[in-house]
Amino acid sequence: MSKIDDERIAVIIGGMLRSGVVVSSAFVLGGGIWYLIRHGAGQPDYGKFHGVPADLRTLSGIFHGVADLDPRSWIQLGLLILIATPVVRVLFSIFAFADERDWPYVGITVLVAAILLFSLFGGR
Amino acid sequence: MNNLEFTGLVLLISAIAGFLGSLTGLGGGVVITPALTVLMGVDLHYAIGASLVSVIATSSGAASAYVREGFSNIRIGMFLEIATTIGALFGAFLASKISASALGVVFGLVLLYSAYQSSLPEPPAHADLHHHSLAARLRLGGVYPSEDGPAKYLAQRVKAGFALMFGAGTLSGLLGIGSGAVKVIAMDQIMRIPFKVSTATSNFMIGVTAAASAGVYFKRGYIDPGLTMPVMLGVVGGSIAGARMLAGARTRSLRILFSCVVGLLAVEMIYSGFTGKL
Repeated sequence: MSKIDDERIAVIIGGMLRSGVVVSSAFVLGGGIWYLIRHGAGQPDYGKFHGVPADLRTLSGIFHGVADLDPRSWIQLGLLILIATPVVRVLFSIFAFADERDWPYVGITVLVAAILLFSLFGGR
Repeated sequence: MNNLEFTGLVLLISAIAGFLGSLTGLGGGVVITPALTVLMGVDLHYAIGASLVSVIATSSGAASAYVREGFSNIRIGMFLEIATTIGALFGAFLASKISASALGVVFGLVLLYSAYQSSLPEPPAHADLHHHSLAARLRLGGVYPSEDGPAKYLAQRVKAGFALMFGAGTLSGLLGIGSGAVKVIAMDQIMRIPFKVSTATSNFMIGVTAAASAGVYFKRGYIDPGLTMPVMLGVVGGSIAGARMLAGARTRSLRILFSCVVGLLAVEMIYSGFTGKL
């Protein structure tokens, strides 16, 4: 039982999560201010659900929008970074458990990572 | 009301929700959805999308504080995340099949229960410690810094806890909440893991659970940048301020007050669901 290793890993993971939130917030804040400068006078339309436009739902659409300097795509990119932080945490834990030679937990963590990656990239 | 005014108002509401959520330990996410739907007239699906994102933000933001305290148990969390992430995918699938009205009623009921649970005092430590072969094999135990020095614990009733975690994940994916209340019940009440370890591990798990359904929400177009931007920034800012103000200390009267607010929003939401206003 390597208690010290566990603590070290926990501290690294905590730091990773926090920097993910900071980077994500920076994109969302920057994109948000820019969005309000451009569209601040427009009318909010959230009363009825019709889903966000298709190019704000896919990775390729968002990257195109970011390249085209579309503020809504910049916000979406920030939100995607945020969603990715727990995923990165799980992926990192695979290596941490492997480093401790805790194979059952490598397996458990790979399973959790597979479920997350399926949610993000698989299906519709 | 134009976009600028709308954004400002949502930012303010979210900051208050994040602030009170972190002070009381109930989490900001649970009040965001009823506040957006009942007060601001936002469609329920957009609201749960924005709320779920803010749940990830608070979980990831608070995690570093929790791990430094040495309470959260990564093994217990990771093992139970198998159940919560599968549940979250199932919940996100259900969210598209159920009408907004029915969703609103379910949400209100879950909200009422979380409000009730958070108003209860912290339970005493569990005394009995039976040897459990599955828990021992999976190393679902550890040592945590209790008031009387380091104390050992080992998870009990692992299968029942695992099953309830599936339910917690389903609620999270269905309603765009962290469902921390159910996670804590599963660990503290069912698995008899110390309360402080349960809450810290629950917070750790909330982000991973939410990420599982966030991918599905994203593809379905529930996550609108214009709406989610002020919600996420407000909740993050508010919860940082809340955590700074009262590091760890939770005043009971504030918890009860916040629970009452949540309870009122819950009743309003159930009413709106039944009258088809959502």
